Amino acid sequence: MEISFRDLMTVLHGMGFGALFMLAFSGALAEFYRMSAPGTPVQPSAREQNLLKLYLSAMVILAWAAVLSGAYIVYPWYRAVPPTGTTDLTEYPKFLLTSSPHTSSWHSLGMEWKEHVAWLAPIAMTMVAYVFAKYGPAITKHRQMRIAVLSFAVAAFVATGVAGGFGAFLNKYAPVRGGSTITIISSEQEGGE
Amino acid sequence: MSISQRSSDALPNGPGAAAILAAGIGSAALGVFALTNDAFPAINRFFTFYTPTGGLSGVTTTAIVVWVIAWFVLARRWSGQTVAMAKVNLAAFVLLGVGVLLTFPPVMDLIQGR
Repeated sequence: MEISFRDLMTVLHGMGFGALFMLAFSGALAEFYRMSAPGTPVQPSAREQNLLKLYLSAMVILAWAAVLSGAYIVYPWYRAVPPTGTTDLTEYPKFLLTSSPHTSSWHSLGMEWKEHVAWLAPIAMTMVAYVFAKYGPAITKHRQMRIAVLSFAVAAFVATGVAGGFGAFLNKYAPVRGGSTITIISSEQEGGE
Repeated sequence: MSISQRSSDALPNGPGAAAILAAGIGSAALGVFALTNDAFPAINRFFTFYTPTGGLSGVTTTAIVVWVIAWFVLARRWSGQTVAMAKVNLAAFVLLGVGVLLTFPPVMDLIQGR
């Protein structure tokens, strides 16, 4: 079982950081709502508050890791310019997509939107984590602030969904390939049954 | 009630409002820089801080700088103050909307008359 280095980094960017960040959203939103909803019957304990702070901090780290790894590791491979005369564009995803009118919109709409909109998520989540760390359950006394925090959290979720969704499709039509090969499991029966 | 709870209960909304409005400003800055980067080749060259990533490197780095500076300035200005949160929210939501719209390629193309 083998994987190329670029494939591995793409998986780390998309699944390791991006998808994990998205998965964390439902828990964060539910817990944030539970703790900050007006008329909450039981005040969360200090331990519960600290746990949510830690959870939100982890989400902030994941969000930044996703956009930074995307922009500075995966994206340069995606947009690499093929040498003149190259006919096999499989290692040049952007040019592979734009070479056909049937796939060019995956770049002009998908990648061009994804590469920018994704950055709204770490900005919004950093704010959400900061406000919760600063106010905790006392945010119930600031209704407007609670509305803003939840709205920005939802915006971050949508932005991540757009980026992740297009990322998955782009990787279907023009995967980022190449680099050294990493052997995960070596078969004892090379070319066997 | 713990001491930390008491102190957070008494907190004015200024620091939170500063963080929220700054997030809106950062989002709008991202959209504006993305649009100008796409529309003007000279700005694209200026935003190319890291050649392999192209203009995206400058667009996002500059937007982050604007966001952090806005947050710092607003936090200092509104520290210990209570501000009109409904107005702050409205401004933040409009700015977030600007950021979302200006990063959407069909809107970028429409503005540029493509």
